[in-house]
Amino acid sequence: MASGARPLIAGAVALLIVALSLGSATVTALSATSWQMTAADWAAVRFTVVQSGLSAIASTLLAVPLARAMVRRRFWGRGLFLRLLAAPFLLPTIVAVLALLAIFGRSGPVNAGLQVLGLPALSIFGLHGVVLAHVFLNLPLACRMLVHGWQAIPAERFRLAESLGMGPGPQFRHLEWPMIRAVAPGAAVLVFLLCLTSFAVALTLGGGPAASTVELAIYQALRFDFDPGRAGLLAAVQFTLCAGVTLVAMRLTRDEGFGAGLGRAHPVPAPGGWRLAVDALVLGLGALFLLSPLAALLWRGVPGLAGLPSGVWVAAGRSLVVAVVSAVLASAAGLALVQARVTGARWAELAGMLPLAASGLVIGTGLFLVLRPFGAVERLALPVTVLVNATLSLPFLVRLLLPEARQVEADYGRLAGSLGLVGMARLRLLVLPRLARPLGFGTGLSAALSMGDLGVIALFAGERSVTLPLMVQRLAGAYRMEAAGAAALVLVALSFALFWGFDRMGARHADA
Amino acid sequence: MLTLERLEIVQDDFRLTADWTLPMGARAAVIGPSGAGKSTLLMAVAGFLAPTSGRILWQGQDITAIPPGKRPLSILFQDQNLFPHLTIAQNVGLGLRPDLRLASDDWRQVEGALERVGLGGMGGRKPAQLSGGQQGRAALARVLLRARPLLLLDEPFAALGPALKAEMLGLLAELAAATGATVLMVTHDPGDARRFADLTVLVADGVASPPVETAALFADPPPALRDYLGREA
Repeated sequence: MASGARPLIAGAVALLIVALSLGSATVTALSATSWQMTAADWAAVRFTVVQSGLSAIASTLLAVPLARAMVRRRFWGRGLFLRLLAAPFLLPTIVAVLALLAIFGRSGPVNAGLQVLGLPALSIFGLHGVVLAHVFLNLPLACRMLVHGWQAIPAERFRLAESLGMGPGPQFRHLEWPMIRAVAPGAAVLVFLLCLTSFAVALTLGGGPAASTVELAIYQALRFDFDPGRAGLLAAVQFTLCAGVTLVAMRLTRDEGFGAGLGRAHPVPAPGGWRLAVDALVLGLGALFLLSPLAALLWRGVPGLAGLPSGVWVAAGRSLVVAVVSAVLASAAGLALVQARVTGARWAELAGMLPLAASGLVIGTGLFLVLRPFGAVERLALPVTVLVNATLSLPFLVRLLLPEARQVEADYGRLAGSLGLVGMARLRLLVLPRLARPLGFGTGLSAALSMGDLGVIALFAGERSVTLPLMVQRLAGAYRMEAAGAAALVLVALSFALFWGFDRMGARHADA
Repeated sequence: MLTLERLEIVQDDFRLTADWTLPMGARAAVIGPSGAGKSTLLMAVAGFLAPTSGRILWQGQDITAIPPGKRPLSILFQDQNLFPHLTIAQNVGLGLRPDLRLASDDWRQVEGALERVGLGGMGGRKPAQLSGGQQGRAALARVLLRARPLLLLDEPFAALGPALKAEMLGLLAELAAATGATVLMVTHDPGDARRFADLTVLVADGVASPPVETAALFADPPPALRDYLGREA
């Protein structure tokens, strides 16, 4: 029914993904000079698993009361607060780290308060700093998944429960607890998976043999020790770890819309008394934890905006180009895979999910090892970053587009077929207009992720290919905190602007 | 002339056979109990469903392997006959060229077809701005422009009220007569068959029977039809 070109494109995309993820894993494994893990390697694996586990547990446990309070209470700014919960997904990791440093750092308000009370100062570096940053970044994600879970409980159930005279306790046991048990493990595994590949947080808040993730160890082995054999071994270990957790995650998580509306009337009863007080406290603390670092960043960054080194603007330009090109590539590839899946090719969906098992530095190391014999890898830093960023955002795009594409096929596939609407005409007249909204949203998400990415670029960058996140990290590393804060503001503004621009573009083209 | 040659469709434990010919220019109703396979038969003829065995021929030519859009037919579904994001004129224009690259002459033809079905001047609207009856008319305008010799209807007017449905069937009969199209129409309403179709195909018990004179069929219904019609017969 379809013309020959589209499955061909999808096939080529799938092959490229397989080459980038499985191919990189193979190349790195082959280049491992020894399969003997050193004590430091084991320490990195242990630290990675421990910090991911703690981050996943903390994020999920804290998300339960926060999500519950958000679902059942009405308060001023609730809509905005719900929308802000999607923001950390777009927040560049390095910016989040700087924001946390502004609050929990040596000269931040938390330590100032401790000093007034005569208590010892708190250090944000090491295991608890890494976990703190990961909770800050992932609590909103876990919270959103649970909010969706609560909203999926039919209002009729609560009405039935109330008509049977159930109080808040029994209602929790019979209606809310089963939902939590169904949703929370998936949320925890997803957070665990995201923390496994953490690089920027470990680079800035961890470090040293005691607090290094595998991802960071790969980077150090390649960039500082120049030991490709050891980097290869670590990359192979990292791939095995991620692939295993991805398999578990795919079993435990359900299709999660990132853009579902949250405004409809809430079915969850809102009991008063001490429960209201607890909810208010939870909401207050949650907002304080999630929003105060951003406010502090704004406070510290604005004064430095005027005196930003010119290199920052050059880096910003580079980052914008990288973000836009990789986002457009990723959406085109995602669309090709999704259309192939909808017309029956199951492998297309698997190919789209495969990058979840590969981390940025695993693919980066693979490309580094393959490209090195051909000359200076610095020259290829930006193209490689584009390619890796596009690949890593594919799983999100595929999960976003697939349900919508299925709906379009179910509603209009036959009509289009009967009119001979195939190939490019079908793409132009049916698929693009009907998928404009999720495509715009997904492209925006992908662009923001790419804009803020600090991973593979750190591995490849020379002096002439520094991107904005790398610039922020280097300024902070040199303790030029005012310039770092200002550059971070520029970065976060550009990330949000990219997301907003693509999202608007999609919404404008999606009428009727 | 539409020929179903020892056609057999098997899906899990569902089975339907047909082995007959429909003459050129005939207007045939397809009736039978729900779940008997009326729509399935139409989907096979339209090319959305590959038969397990047998052939479908048009004017003696085998069309069994031809993709739906290239078959010498137009089809109207129960719903979703218009793309909601395209204007009425664009929806109708798809009947001329599926890639919608139309010259100004073509657009004049589109406007002509719209006038013919009573939608003159409404080409700029989106389907959501039209009533159910007007949407049906727009779909018929597209059928006119496609100008295929065979027209399949899968109860496209079932959701309309009785008066509106009679009006649409009248328009359909007029268009079919003017273009000489052969029509195969699924319906669950025996009244539609009696009013609109000179021939009727009864689908029951896994068999799509050969078309017979509608009047004669209802005058002396076979047991399967009598069961379906109940006391009305």
